[in-house]
Amino acid sequence: MPASLVDQAAIVGIGQTEFSKESGRSELQLAAEASLAAIRDAGLTPADIDGLITFTLDTSDELLLMRALGLPEIRFWSRTPHGGAGSTTTILHAASAVASGAAKHVLVWRAFNERSGHRFGQPNAAAPPLGWNWYLPFGLDTPAKIYSLTFQRYMDAYGLTNEDFGRYTVVARKHAATNPNAWFYERPITLADHQASRWIVEPILRLLDCCQESDGGVALVISTAERARDLPQPLVRLRHVVDSHLMGGHVMFNYYLEDHSRFEECHSAAARLYGESGLTASDMDAAMLYENFSPVVFMQLEGFGFCGPGEARDFVRDGHIELGGSLPVNTHGGLLGEAYIHGMNNILEGVRQIRGQAVNQVAGARHVLVGGGRGAMILAGD
Amino acid sequence: MTQVIAPTPDADDAWFWKGVAEDRLLLQRCAECRLLRHPPSPMCSGCNALAWETLPASGRATVYSWVVSRHPTRPDADPRIVVLLDLEEGVRFVSNLVDCPLEDVRFGLPVELVFVDYDGVRLPQFRPARS
Repeated sequence: MPASLVDQAAIVGIGQTEFSKESGRSELQLAAEASLAAIRDAGLTPADIDGLITFTLDTSDELLLMRALGLPEIRFWSRTPHGGAGSTTTILHAASAVASGAAKHVLVWRAFNERSGHRFGQPNAAAPPLGWNWYLPFGLDTPAKIYSLTFQRYMDAYGLTNEDFGRYTVVARKHAATNPNAWFYERPITLADHQASRWIVEPILRLLDCCQESDGGVALVISTAERARDLPQPLVRLRHVVDSHLMGGHVMFNYYLEDHSRFEECHSAAARLYGESGLTASDMDAAMLYENFSPVVFMQLEGFGFCGPGEARDFVRDGHIELGGSLPVNTHGGLLGEAYIHGMNNILEGVRQIRGQAVNQVAGARHVLVGGGRGAMILAGD
Repeated sequence: MTQVIAPTPDADDAWFWKGVAEDRLLLQRCAECRLLRHPPSPMCSGCNALAWETLPASGRATVYSWVVSRHPTRPDADPRIVVLLDLEEGVRFVSNLVDCPLEDVRFGLPVELVFVDYDGVRLPQFRPARS
């Protein structure tokens, strides 16, 4: 058995539906459409798929998806807990399954009507589910409020203002503007537009700091690196994939960790990601960073070592994260500009960059880091 | 009128909400190694003992972080100041800051415990320390 997941797996297929605000069809249908697209993209047929992975939050049942796609036998299935910060965890599960031999070709999907159906951004008015007694009664009923308690400490520690966060949004919308796949295609914004958008949580988040709410589905197929060489798409090797979940977190957030000015799980994930793969932050040609809210990009830039603590403000301001910069970030527009498919569409963009198939292609991209915050992967070409 | 979502006590925290009904903020402490823990847990993370006892909190705390929500929808129609507190005993606790003008909120602000009823839902809240 390998000592880690370094160089054990490859992403051989990607697929998606259109991204919209009202898909007009069931979440199961979105899942099936995206999955079939990924299977075909990989040059496989449904009969080749023997593993299934999605989020615990996904509403589509495995057996129903099998019936839709015509998957004769599944030998491995699993689901990953929590939200988008765990998006990269699905790939870790898939890599583990193919590396161990439990499955040959694993289908990962995430599909929802997150705008026309259940909206994550709306206040939760229901009775608190397990663990939420400590938050919902006190008014922490939306993700924007919940995470802003942490963002406020980060801003204070390094003197950032909401305008600094707006510079990320401007870049995300700039990248989305040239991506026909993006909801905000051909709709770039200025920093003044950002500053004119209404406060969601003052003085931390404005409307344009928040990710979209989207309908749509995405899917990926993961195989061993060895099998990937026999498949038609350019090789996208999973150089490494790691997770890091630390005690001190509770429910989905990390209030009980000592220092909120740093994304602790990101630092601990990065240490293993680089240490075990032999790569460093400076080897990365682009990064796709999960951003339910703009401040998370800043905290991940520091956590994954692209700049030092407190340096993300200037790193963004100086243009490093734009196309043509030293580390283009979220070249498809990210979750603010393209769509919010729970972070999974960021992984697809990482794959397209390595294949050389991105609309906003980073010339000669050899290594792409895809970060979920509490986990990350490094994708590489042949 | 501030509308709040009522807690739904479960097997691991019903004792806490019973304490709130009696105007006491109770913290959970390991009966073996005396480690305080919040949120409650059925097992001590320090020594794995199952036995625990309660410790009434002094009610003194400082503000570690805070937000004001102006999201214009129910049930938080009236903006509340949400605070992440460092309780004097050494654990973090989410609550609300009351009787405090927005311009006075700051990191490290000393606060003290009060209990407030919101339309039948009693919650531990905090106000700027007066003593």
